[in-house]
Amino acid sequence: MALLETKEMAMQFGGLRAVDNFEISINKHELVGLIGPNGAGKTTIFNMLTGVYEPTEGSIILDGKDVTGKKPYEIVKFGAARTFQNIRLFKDLTVIDNIKIAYHNEMKYSTLEGIFRLKRYWKEEKKAHQECLDFLKIFDMEDYAETLAKNLPYGKQRKLEIARALATNPKILMLDEPAAGMNPQETHELMETIHFIRDKFDIAILLIEHDMHLVMGICERIVVIDYGKIIAKGTPDEIKNNPDVIRVYLGE
Amino acid sequence: MKQNTKKSYIFNISSIILLFVLMKILMSANILTKYYTGIVIFICINIILAASLNLATGYLGQLALGHAGFMAVGAYASAITAIAIKPSIVEFCSTLPEGIKFLINPATVILLTSLIVAGIIAGLVGIAIGIPALRLRGDYLGIITLGFGEVIRVVINNIKPITGGAQGLSGIPRITTFNNVYWITVVVVAILYTLTHSRQGRAIISIREDEIAAEAVGIRTTKYKVMGFAIAAFFAGIGGGLYAHYIAFLDPNTFGFMRSVEILVIVVLGGMGSLTGSIIAAILLTILPEALRDFAEYRLLIYSGLLVIMMIFRPQGIFGTHEFSMSGFIHKLRHNQIISPRKEVKEGE
Ligand SMILES: Nc1ncnc2c1ncn2[C@@H]1O[C@H](COP(=O)(O)OP(=O)(O)OP(=O)(O)O)[C@@H](O)[C@H]1O
Ligand SMILES: [Mg+2]
Repeated sequence: MALLETKEMAMQFGGLRAVDNFEISINKHELVGLIGPNGAGKTTIFNMLTGVYEPTEGSIILDGKDVTGKKPYEIVKFGAARTFQNIRLFKDLTVIDNIKIAYHNEMKYSTLEGIFRLKRYWKEEKKAHQECLDFLKIFDMEDYAETLAKNLPYGKQRKLEIARALATNPKILMLDEPAAGMNPQETHELMETIHFIRDKFDIAILLIEHDMHLVMGICERIVVIDYGKIIAKGTPDEIKNNPDVIRVYLGE
Repeated sequence: MKQNTKKSYIFNISSIILLFVLMKILMSANILTKYYTGIVIFICINIILAASLNLATGYLGQLALGHAGFMAVGAYASAITAIAIKPSIVEFCSTLPEGIKFLINPATVILLTSLIVAGIIAGLVGIAIGIPALRLRGDYLGIITLGFGEVIRVVINNIKPITGGAQGLSGIPRITTFNNVYWITVVVVAILYTLTHSRQGRAIISIREDEIAAEAVGIRTTKYKVMGFAIAAFFAGIGGGLYAHYIAFLDPNTFGFMRSVEILVIVVLGGMGSLTGSIIAAILLTILPEALRDFAEYRLLIYSGLLVIMMIFRPQGIFGTHEFSMSGFIHKLRHNQIISPRKEVKEGE
């Protein structure tokens, strides 16, 4: 059974059909690319999959459960996490606090236990602190734990956003143009990170990207959309030679 | 790390006790006269009001312009409760056996009961206002709380049999003293501090930082917005109750929009997201108008001037989002981050 599946998903913004009849099926551990020209509807698809928008038509099945119309925080619980096209970090907080916020639901103590600092508060906070540090270690960022997120170099900010999404313990991770604004060196590192996390955390990844080299290099399957409609699906080689895709990308 | 926490607990608690003892000595020596003691009590009440508003505005990031409204709800709730329960509590206490009688002060029992009622009612009103307003993103809350503050005043003015209406409410037990207001302030600030340093507090702060991102990592933003706002209203209610039991007379017009602005100015001046900032600013802004009594008409001018200067030179407030800690300060001194004795040695060589 597919991990994430959509059926006839569509989004109508007034007179604009931003996404139409979008069907995708992603299996466990798969790395799928979603590409298309500017304004094609990629981010809108992410927003529907993560509950920011409710699709005007169709349904979304995540890990066997119908999550259509669920709130973003609920969808996180069902196992989908995301990053944003324009990085959205908790800028004025430290790197480790960014992770700890994503770790919120893993910590088990009540508001009163927190206010009066009962035993469970100390136990859970200590455990969370250690686990978040370990988590940063995986991303080679433990030295930055006490740095404010806004003071990180750009590439590291992107990385932190990915780490933060992973801290919610997802089954599928959705990355919205993670390489945007990166130099080739940083992009290369990012490709390695993406590969690494898929194996390390055993998750599926859905990737929106403009950088063709990156998408073709790491995705097993690619879905191409234009004006909200799917125009091609297939392996990187099939996509490269698809006349519709070539027309859309050269005609831009 | 835990060792450090313990040390700073001991340090903080002993400084709080020391300050209390110092004040008591100054009072018994009559250096702090009754008039000055009154100012100290007002400082404490303002600290409670500002610290609670800071939770809603500084930590949660929601512009709230009706804090005086919650204060009014608390003040009236507390006053009415105290008037109602006073006879039976006094009677009950007099029936207690001699052995434990001296342990229980009826005034304290009345005060604490009334304050808890005040906090709960103000908190419930906060929830009622917060749920519709906070579900929307953006500055709707500012407008709604602004309206709420005015509506509350009009309501109090009009339910004369309960509140005394425009003539005011008198006969309120005068039971707020330096002793109880000091310790209540300590408890309120401590609770707000530990709350903002718990996972729930982190969730509240994440909403200020980026609501969409917070929701995308699994934070129930609506729940925490309402919770933060309700707790702020709860403590504003307690602040209002303490005020009622100090002044012993309530006039609905003292809880107008300007009162809300005064509290907001304290928060902005001290730093949004800094409790110590709110404390320092509450002290400054309570003493300042008293010192400048002759210029009472210019009070608004002074406040606006202060805000403008602040916005130009230090928009984040005195402390920004940082807490001032004595032990942290000493630590910095020791590690040459403020002064550098090692350098002096070099120069001596
Ligand atoms: N909230 C909204 N209301 C109205 N129209 C919207 C809204 N969000 C997106 N759109 C429109 O939907 C279309 C698809 O936008 P979307 O952001 O999904 O594109 P995209 O593929 O992510 O583009 P890009 O590569 O530039 O990020 C665009 O025409 C956009 O203007
Ligand atoms: Mg986009």
